[in-house]
Amino acid sequence: MSARRTALAATAFAVAGACASFASGQADTRRSGAEFMSPATQAIERDDTQNPAMLWVADGEALWIRKAGRAGRACVDCHGDARISMRGVAARYPAFDAVAGRPVDLGQRVDLCAQRHQQAESLPPESGPRLALESYVALQSRGMPIAPPADPRLDAWRDRGDALYRQRIGLLDLACEQCHDALSGRRLGGSVIPQAHPTGYPIYRLEWQTMGSLQRRLRSCMSGVRAEVPPYGAPELVELELHLMSRAAGMAVDAPGVRP
Amino acid sequence: MRAPSRSDGTRRRLLVAGAGLGAWLVVRPAAGASEDLAAAIRAYTGGADARPGRVRLDVPKLVDNGNSVPLTVSVDSPMTPSDHVAAIAIFNERNPERDVARFALGPRSGLARVSTRIRLATSQRLVAVARTSDGAHWSDAIDVVVVLAACIEGES
Amino acid sequence: MARAIVSVPPAAKRGDVIEIRTLIAHPMETGFRADPEGRRVPRDLIRRFTCRYNGEVVFAAELFPAAAANPSLVFHTIAVESGTLAFTWEGDNGFAQTETAAIRVT
Repeated sequence: MSARRTALAATAFAVAGACASFASGQADTRRSGAEFMSPATQAIERDDTQNPAMLWVADGEALWIRKAGRAGRACVDCHGDARISMRGVAARYPAFDAVAGRPVDLGQRVDLCAQRHQQAESLPPESGPRLALESYVALQSRGMPIAPPADPRLDAWRDRGDALYRQRIGLLDLACEQCHDALSGRRLGGSVIPQAHPTGYPIYRLEWQTMGSLQRRLRSCMSGVRAEVPPYGAPELVELELHLMSRAAGMAVDAPGVRP
Repeated sequence: MRAPSRSDGTRRRLLVAGAGLGAWLVVRPAAGASEDLAAAIRAYTGGADARPGRVRLDVPKLVDNGNSVPLTVSVDSPMTPSDHVAAIAIFNERNPERDVARFALGPRSGLARVSTRIRLATSQRLVAVARTSDGAHWSDAIDVVVVLAACIEGES
Repeated sequence: MARAIVSVPPAAKRGDVIEIRTLIAHPMETGFRADPEGRRVPRDLIRRFTCRYNGEVVFAAELFPAAAANPSLVFHTIAVESGTLAFTWEGDNGFAQTETAAIRVT
């Protein structure tokens, strides 16, 4: 027991140290989920002609220039060329939305834009068009470091996400940190446990046989430990996303990812 | 991890995969499965033997999920008008149906190599049968191990 | 119209063997799965793929439920002449889609 506590403490220290050590030059032990996959799956993610996520990116690219809603406006009409205007955007989400008075993730931002500025119907969570636009925007941050905004309005939310990450939940009474901080790299059944960095989202998940958001993945994990699963858009999910992106600050975006 | 080839031409591959197919209604029981595989191959060849050789069935040693397994089949052939691969068929042992895919090639192909991604419901044998322009049949077989995903997630 | 991505080298030398990669968005519903209420989800598959090179079939595939969702097919053909490669996917529920790519052969 004490050995495990020591191991957990050592890991927590290492994670904290990694975050702080970037400037000091110490080794960053954080690894993208892609590094825990088989070489075959990594090869699919690296090849834009074979990565199924690129089908959603292509859809997003088409939707970007399509006029929609009562305003008859396309994304391009306000935002111009996404390769310029969306560069770095996914890397700094979730961000605070002043109108809503709360943080929103990238998918929620796409939906809010559609409703507010196109006067279009809401794009439901995990719907094709929402994931397509999210994938297309996320691609524009590929290779860039995750850069959570230094916005004090996010602090309380992010802190709650941090607490949630350490809170035991569900019938299996497990906290995220127990698997993903202390036991990453080890196996749970046949699968390797990754570090839970959200660098690749939205992802084409082989388990789902389709594209999905980080919120979907979090809900799957919670279901996996037999916890009550919050609905899409619940504050707890955005809080966790904020914490995870902060924990991954500086890591390279590898969206749109493929994951097992 | 590579086991030596067996005399009947099969090779063993150890794969680790999350099948992610908790909702599959039908997985064939072991009894009867290999006979059905042999019958499916015989039906394809018209009763002729499919000799081991010239065909190589490539599936990665380590597979993350049985929903999407990369597969490459290649056949040693000059692919000339008088000597080429006309067709390749892939069969499985324990999915609900024996057929996986059938490919039609010819001298215009240049190279007898096709790649795709397949579904594997459980641990089983895969067989590739190539029909050459002289009417002969050649084959390769591998045994694949599929491990179920650890977290059974109800909420997808 | 399903989204499809086709990769063909835009130019090749006569006689070169070229690799063609195709990807199409399709759930490839096997017909063996149950929905959350236990009802069988009906089969919805792409059954056939054909590649025509200036009208002549140079590769074809028949797909079964064991083919993965959002199917990928990578195959080869000889660059014989300039022209058009046409890729057709057909399947259940009247699914039919063709994508084309030009190739310049010198």
